[in-house]
Order: sequence, then C-alpha cells, then structure tokens
Amino acid sequence: MEELLNIFTKSIFIDNMIFAYFLGMCSYLAVSKTVETSTGLGIAVIFVLGITVPVNYLIENFILKKGALDWLLGDAAASLDLSFLSFIMFIAVIASMVQLVEMIIEKVSPSLYAALGIFLPLIAVNCAILGGALFMQEREYSSITEASVFGLGSGIGWFLAVVGIAAIREKLKYSNVPAPMRGLGITFIATGLMGIAFMSFMGIKL
Amino acid sequence: MSLLSPKEVKLLTNPLNIDNPITTQVLGICSALAVTVKLKPAFVLAISVIAVLTIANVVVSLLRNAIPNRIRIIVQLVVIASLVILVDQVLKAYVYDISKQLSVFVGLIITNCIIMGRLEAFALGNKPWPSFLDGLGNGAGYGVILLIVAFFRELFGSGTVWDYPVFENIGLYSIGYVNNGLMILPPMALIVVGIIIWIQRHYSRELIEK
Repeated sequence: MEELLNIFTKSIFIDNMIFAYFLGMCSYLAVSKTVETSTGLGIAVIFVLGITVPVNYLIENFILKKGALDWLLGDAAASLDLSFLSFIMFIAVIASMVQLVEMIIEKVSPSLYAALGIFLPLIAVNCAILGGALFMQEREYSSITEASVFGLGSGIGWFLAVVGIAAIREKLKYSNVPAPMRGLGITFIATGLMGIAFMSFMGIKL
Repeated sequence: MSLLSPKEVKLLTNPLNIDNPITTQVLGICSALAVTVKLKPAFVLAISVIAVLTIANVVVSLLRNAIPNRIRIIVQLVVIASLVILVDQVLKAYVYDISKQLSVFVGLIITNCIIMGRLEAFALGNKPWPSFLDGLGNGAGYGVILLIVAFFRELFGSGTVWDYPVFENIGLYSIGYVNNGLMILPPMALIVVGIIIWIQRHYSRELIEK
C-alpha cells in the first residue's frame, strides 16, 4: 500500500509529465487558452492514461518480454524476445483503445462525450500517452496495480499542469507583455517557472 | 542551371528561420527538450528525427494516392513506427551509451507532432522530391533549435561544450566561477526556448501574436 501511494505522489508531482519530461507539450500549448477546454482535455488524458498503461503492461509482460510467451508455447519460447516490436504494439494498442473508449463513452454517457468532444481522438498522438507506456516498460513495475496507479497519477499530473497554465494564460491576457514575447514566448517562460515551483516537491518520499 | 529551383530552396531554408517547426509552428516540442542537457544526445536525437522525418515524408508522398482518406492516420503511424524501430535498433547497435541516455525519447519520435504534422500538411499533397526537401528542412529547423538550447545548457550548466571543458581551460573556476546548477534542471529548457522565441520575434516582427 505504501509503495502504491509513493508511486502515485511521485508520478503526479516529481516525475510530472510536463515539467520533468515535456511530454504532451503540443496539445498542452494548443488547448491551454481557456480553463474550460483544458479541463476537458485533462480529464480525457487521465482517462486514457489510466486505461492504456495497464493494458500495455499486460501486453509487455505476457507477449513481448523475453520468455513472456512461456504460458502459451512452453519452454520453446524461453529465448523468444519480441521487445523490439514494443513501439508498434504500444501505439496500435493506444490508437485502438482510444477508439474503443470513445465508443463506450458515447454510448454510456453522452454528456461526457459532448464535453470531451474532439479531444479524445487527438489523444492517440499525444506524446504523454505513449510516454506513459514507455516509462512503464523502462521502470519495470512489479504488478499491474502499480502500473495502473502510475498511469492514473501521470494523468492527474498532466491535468494539474494544463489547468494551471490555462488559468495563468487567462490572467496574462490583461498584462502588459513585451510584444515579441506575447503568446508562445511568455507561455514557455511561465511553464518554466511553474516547473521550478514543482521542483520543490523533489525528494519527497512517503 | 542550379540544382534546386528557388521554390525548392525556400522549402529547405524557410523552416530554419521564419517557419521554424518549434518556434513558429509549435510542433514537436514534446520529446525534444528533455534531451538538451548535453550536446551529444541532442545531436543524436536531431539526426534521428531528420532521418525519420525525411524518409517518412518520401514514403507517405509515394503512397499518397493509394491511402484511403479515412484510415490515413493509422497508415502514417505504422510507417513512422517502423522507421523509428529501425532507428532505435541502429542506435542500440552503434552508440549504445547515448541510446541509453535518450531512453524513452527515441520511441517518442513516433508521437512527435512535427512528423505527423508535416505528413498531414505537406507529404499528403505533394510529390516525393519536394516532400524530401520539406522533410530535410523541417528536420534541420528542429535540430538547430535543439542544438542551440543544448549548447547553452551544457555551457552554463556543466561548463563544457561537447564534453570539452571550456570554462576549466580558460581558467574561470580558479577565479571563483561556479556552474549554474539550475541550467541542468528541466524547467530551464523551457525558459531558454522562450528567450529564443523572444529574440526571433524581435527580428521577424511579422510573427508577433496579437
């Protein structure tokens, strides 16, 4: 339990997708003009990360890893290592999961579907999602619970970052920024400063 | 007769300055900045992106009349993912140390928006040769920013350039200079890019946002 809590806080604050690894920056910069749209995209990212990371964990551990196919083929598969295929597998899983999630939400909760709208399909090419899967692979989490907690935490961290910058940008509209810095430039600087603020969480261990 | 027509030269040089993928088109920032702590990994990633972008542009441009519009995204993803697997295997075989340092960021070239963006915006509507030049130009424009950021971060953060100890050799440490540890931390990459955008827009006034 302690370990799970640790992974959770770590993935939200310390290994934050935006501030520590710059993942998902494109959509982060593109949709952070108003708090409302960024909330929608943020929730969609939490959702998709929370689903795709565990699914990719299963794929990694039962198909791709060295000797992972033992359960199917017996000893013959002990030296089979398919991990070079992981990129293409992960991206295929993500693209199809996004499609699936979209269909399920449309059926189950039309209001949520309307709120997420165009953002869901866009998420398939959001670096944060593939990044989540690749970090999961690199850090070798020991169980599917840990992987899911990591996925959810990363999503929440991304959500916090994007809503935070959207609020700052809404305020910035009324500020007197030097002309060449307006828009993109000042957003970069503000993100950098937010990143420095988030660094104060570094070293926290529960 | 020159080798390239003026229009083709534009395809190559525009992305280096006023149409830069990072500072103007806002594409491909995702996986880029985390590798700019030192010049070497930044250089390797830049070369990888140029290779993937150029080849993917040519392949998609060749296939552009055969790809049904509805499934084009997944076709593009497959082309990109296969190229990235190739690049990853080559890096692992020849520069293993750097490929370890780049860790997940090689894989993240797949979802680098710059590649998707150029495929969608250019390769799907143009012949292979202009697509080749467009890929090369945009890849280079991306690489230039990466190298500038990496140069300043390595110089001020570790006092070296391409692992060569500049500051030590000119004797800065002996008069009490200390490396700026903040430059190594991730947030400084964003601030350096912000400053590059500032300088660029100061000179190219037409880029200023209202």
